[in-house]
Amino acid sequence: MSSFYILQTSFPTADKPQLCGLVYQRDFTEGLNKLSVNDYLVLAGTFHGVHAITTRLNPLHPPNEPPSGIEVLETEHFRLQCFQTLTGTKFLLFTEPFQLNTDKIVARIYELYADYVMKNPFYSLEMPIRSEGWERRLVREMRVLNSR
Amino acid sequence: MASSQPVKPPLAGQPAQAQRGSQAGLKYPSSGKTIYNRPLNRSRTQELSQASFAYLFGEMVSYAQKRVTGIQDLEKRLNVQGHPIGLKLLDLLLYREPPRAQTRPLNIIALLQFITTALWRHLFSRPADALEKSSNPETPDEYMISDNEPLVNQYISVPKEMNQLNCAAFVAGIVEGVCDGAGFPARVTAHSVGKGEEGELWPGKTVFLVKFQPEVVEREAYLGKS
Repeated sequence: MSSFYILQTSFPTADKPQLCGLVYQRDFTEGLNKLSVNDYLVLAGTFHGVHAITTRLNPLHPPNEPPSGIEVLETEHFRLQCFQTLTGTKFLLFTEPFQLNTDKIVARIYELYADYVMKNPFYSLEMPIRSEGWERRLVREMRVLNSR
Repeated sequence: MASSQPVKPPLAGQPAQAQRGSQAGLKYPSSGKTIYNRPLNRSRTQELSQASFAYLFGEMVSYAQKRVTGIQDLEKRLNVQGHPIGLKLLDLLLYREPPRAQTRPLNIIALLQFITTALWRHLFSRPADALEKSSNPETPDEYMISDNEPLVNQYISVPKEMNQLNCAAFVAGIVEGVCDGAGFPARVTAHSVGKGEEGELWPGKTVFLVKFQPEVVEREAYLGKS
């Protein structure tokens, strides 16, 4: 079981606070429960808020190290791995609880994202990702993982 | 920026403020020697970062995309961006050939072979994947160079509504520049052919169609007889 999300945060300006939008969502396993598009967007916004709160929770955090917020969330039925890039883009990967090396998987997806999404001149930021090259490589990558 | 006058490095003792304003972001080596002072063969085997090229090329495509009227216009602009590179590369690569082979290509086949090997190796570190002559008897002036995976297109996914576009038009412009510079005026266009059966293996396969001007073919026939 795996399902994958990318949340992109907009750059905050004077007249617009930082917003968070879901730019990509894909399931890699058949038969997962689906939500409506709107629900995905709401959940993405909620997660962004929760994440922002968790970055401020730890009073003992060393001041020179930026707080990372939620990295892993585990429940009985799934495990959520969150990876945040320097610009605030978040990669969320939902897997089964016993899946190993989810941080490595997400790092690999980040690499693909940096190559096939960010280097594509036809992609504009904060827009949903519709890119054939990215899709092809991501599916190939995940197929290798799921077949293990 | 590329002035012929030697650029003086900022003196260490001078207040840096004034200097910074005029040439922000441009760095000059402390010896005062720029890339133009180096021997032409020095960077022969050096390679560039593909990521930085990808960002540069992405910006070139975005730049070409501004104020265009259509896809043909956009390809034309990319072609024009590549053309002067081809003109210059012809000179540079001939200069770098070993002295005995340092002759200009004098017929179409020699020119195309120079393009698919020397030029392709210089640009992409590998030769082109195929070179064919058009099998159609009505177009004896057309040749096809195919590249299974053009380096410039590696990270580019063209949106569905622009599927006619192939950004390798830039490479086509380079090839056109080489042909024009060698005295074989031609029109070169890039076409995506990675569809259908072959598309499974090489989805980005591109064919560069080289169409020589009629006078080139005429001259070639005349030279062949004598």
